[in-house]
Amino acid sequence: MNIVRRLLSNWLPVYAVLYVAFLYLPILLLPIFSINQSAVPQFPLTGYTMKWYAGLPNTPELLSSAWNSLIVGLSASIVSTILGICAARAITRYRFRGQRVASGLIMAPLVLPEIIVAVSMLLVLLQLGVGLSLFTVILGHILICIPYSVTVLISGFEGFDRSLEEASADLGESAWGTFRRVTLPMVAPAIISSLLVSFTISLDEFILAFFLSGTEPTLPVYIWGQLRFAAKLPSVLALGTLLLLASFMMLSIAEILRRRAARRAQNEGGVYA
Amino acid sequence: MPETPMIKIDHVTRAYGAFKALDDASLTIQKGEFFSLLGPSGCGKTTLLRMIGGFDNPTSGTIYLDGQAMNGIPANRRPTNMVFQSYAIFPHLNVAQNVAYGLKRLRLDAVEEKRRVEEALGQVSMAHLGKRGATELSGGQRQRVALARALVMRPKVLLLDEPLSALDKKLREQMQVELRKLQQAVGITFILVTHDQYEALAMSDRIAVMFSGNIAQVATPKDIYQRPVNRQVADFVGGMNFVAAEIVGEDSGTITVETTSFGRVKTEKPVQFVTKGKAATLGIRPERLRVLWDDATDKYEIAGKVVDRHYFGEITHLIVEVPGMEQPLSVSETNNFGADDIPVGAPIRLAYDPDALVALAD
Amino acid sequence: MTIAAEGKPDDSAQQAGRPALLQSEAAQGIALISPTFLYALAMLAVPILVTFAHSFWTQNYMDIDRTFTLENYRIALTEPIYRDLLWRSLFISLTVSFVTVVLAYPIAYYISFHGGRHKGLWLFIITIPFWTSYLLRVMSWKVILGFNGVLNSGLMALGIISEPSTAFLYNTNAVIITLTHAWAAFAILPIFVSLEKVDRTLIEAATDLGDGAVRRFLRVTLPLSMPGAISALMIVMIPTVGDYVTPRLVGGKDGVMIANAIQAQFGKAANWPLGAALSVTSMVVVTAMAGATVFILRWAARQAR
Repeated sequence: MNIVRRLLSNWLPVYAVLYVAFLYLPILLLPIFSINQSAVPQFPLTGYTMKWYAGLPNTPELLSSAWNSLIVGLSASIVSTILGICAARAITRYRFRGQRVASGLIMAPLVLPEIIVAVSMLLVLLQLGVGLSLFTVILGHILICIPYSVTVLISGFEGFDRSLEEASADLGESAWGTFRRVTLPMVAPAIISSLLVSFTISLDEFILAFFLSGTEPTLPVYIWGQLRFAAKLPSVLALGTLLLLASFMMLSIAEILRRRAARRAQNEGGVYA
Repeated sequence: MPETPMIKIDHVTRAYGAFKALDDASLTIQKGEFFSLLGPSGCGKTTLLRMIGGFDNPTSGTIYLDGQAMNGIPANRRPTNMVFQSYAIFPHLNVAQNVAYGLKRLRLDAVEEKRRVEEALGQVSMAHLGKRGATELSGGQRQRVALARALVMRPKVLLLDEPLSALDKKLREQMQVELRKLQQAVGITFILVTHDQYEALAMSDRIAVMFSGNIAQVATPKDIYQRPVNRQVADFVGGMNFVAAEIVGEDSGTITVETTSFGRVKTEKPVQFVTKGKAATLGIRPERLRVLWDDATDKYEIAGKVVDRHYFGEITHLIVEVPGMEQPLSVSETNNFGADDIPVGAPIRLAYDPDALVALAD
Repeated sequence: MTIAAEGKPDDSAQQAGRPALLQSEAAQGIALISPTFLYALAMLAVPILVTFAHSFWTQNYMDIDRTFTLENYRIALTEPIYRDLLWRSLFISLTVSFVTVVLAYPIAYYISFHGGRHKGLWLFIITIPFWTSYLLRVMSWKVILGFNGVLNSGLMALGIISEPSTAFLYNTNAVIITLTHAWAAFAILPIFVSLEKVDRTLIEAATDLGDGAVRRFLRVTLPLSMPGAISALMIVMIPTVGDYVTPRLVGGKDGVMIANAIQAQFGKAANWPLGAALSVTSMVVVTAMAGATVFILRWAARQAR
């Protein structure tokens, strides 16, 4: 029995490390080959260069698609966060009939194949005669960002003691004043975290953008177009590395804020006091 | 002209659909009183407190505060302040900012605001901790901050919703004494909700005992304990021996009953007492039965046999079977004279004061 | 002293009109969730219904003929090309979901039981790769598995193979490997959550009653974390059936999946109703497969007890 236990407690950490390596392998290769001399991504490496990065600013299509992605990302993250606040508040604070159905539909994009969401929206938009543009991409991105916003915001709102708002009213504060002085400061980290997460999702999202963008590509759609040309691969790797860094930074900030919000809410319960 | 009561609850009902959390309750609380609402969970005490604070509204009836009808006035415009059960300390503010929260609305000048915050923190012995973060406080400190935050508003009534239930026993007992002292110092009307009968008895000027949406009895702690109006109150507030009796005489203020073990007893008739045939119930507290040692005798005594014994340190509970009684008597005796050494099975004689026997409504 | 207020007999008239607290609470909740709900309704539920309707119509050059027909479904289910694609997609999503969950379970277990104070950090590390661009990750796998790729050059450098193997890229295996990587975080999180809910004293109780490490895992931990494993299976299985990028980039001819055919119908082929029918068919079939999987697993779990 002891042997079994020792085996159990020993193979697990090894497995964990290997698994993490498996997860990170593809992601770490991007930066490595993005600073490699050779245009063909293979080992052994042929030497260090920054030329692939240097070429990026001189590509007008790249810059315009980056600009498009920024517009889409900002719009989608702001709207999905606002809609997410409504839903998360309704789910954590109230009990009403139809709550499960409503939250089920709102969270559904998380488990549906993206292609189904994309072609369905495409079908309706084309039927309605809405031309494909960045606007239609934004509509799609809002839809798929909402579940993530709601999840992040619920974890920020949960454990938010209702008596905090009551205490504020009890001390003479109006409903708006209570929102401004108590509710907002407490959930602010979760809101910022939701903005960052949905911006990241939108920035990286490909399928919906692929189907719903007209002549204005977002960054992933631009990258998709470049993948056909083997010679462009190193530039794409360089671009990918930059995107990776951007995503990583935003997510780290989002995570730190989310945890701070959750800790606040927990401490309020007095459990760890 | 009598003084206006601070709180007048006038036939207040709070219904949730068919369920009545509070059923036609009426009550007055005087200025400067320390008043407790005591009862088991779900008895409506918190509902009543929240309606006084403005967090809930009566389905029917009116609550008057210092003569003013409070219906429809929201919590933020009532001269009441609440200490919440969870304390509801704002986690994003430090201690002083928490206490100053309500003062901001009054737009005092900075010096005056600071003075009042310091005064309030001083009242709860937290003067040196103003800069402390809200999440760095112990349970007792949180309670003090909640208290200071409410007191600084100088409310007409301070509402306390089970403020001590989250604290451990030692701290709770210490805070009971402090709260009582504080109330006497500031002179504000305190209304305390609690399910702990000892807390209510130790702190209050008067107590309302509540069961399932109804107020069963309103009286001083001593009367609640010694003269409970019915079996339910008697049972909730401490231990009680119930003795079956038969009514043999009755006038406007008293009844006379005959019991098998305590003989004939004449006792005050409780307010709610309704005669139902000849049967009645008497009650006597376990500590009002005294063990008679050796040859000692008393004018009023009964004899029985010890069938069980429970040791509690300073006292021992003896369970005594008395011939002719359905239920054995529970006797609480101090251990000064060796009650903890009485063997199970020993014969025993008990003395009692007939005044300690009270008639109880069902 | 004013007791004038007491003289006023009835301020409570206004109370009568006020709806009961619970009702108004519910109304507030519904009002609050409506904008989000309506958005999802308009952008998701309605489009899916429209797609469903289209699947019964016919493309007539630029127009849609709205006569009811099952022809699209006949094509989707019997034409060898679509039937094969559907089967392959189902096979891939089933394989991927099981492989992903089996690989993810130990890591979720490790984090939950041995993560100690660093649970949050572990979860963050695990989820980071998932947040980065899906497109880039798939592309990276292409680099790894390619003819001149990392895997081949690595194996050759180690002397395990003498010339590059074509076995890694442009086939079903490549798709399965890539998808297993892509969905790892989605599988780990639900399993982790259900493992966290397992009351540790239950495991102590099993030990106390004489179970060793393996048996108490099989008899207590595993059954109690089954709901998490099952939802992980579903979360991976349903979306992967419709994956488009992976088969296009690393699948080659043998790895094409149904999504590629759907895209073709909305693109070059311009046969929306057929595309709609393919979408609906794959959704219905994968849902049926998911349901069957849940049923079989629950049944198996009951037998094992």
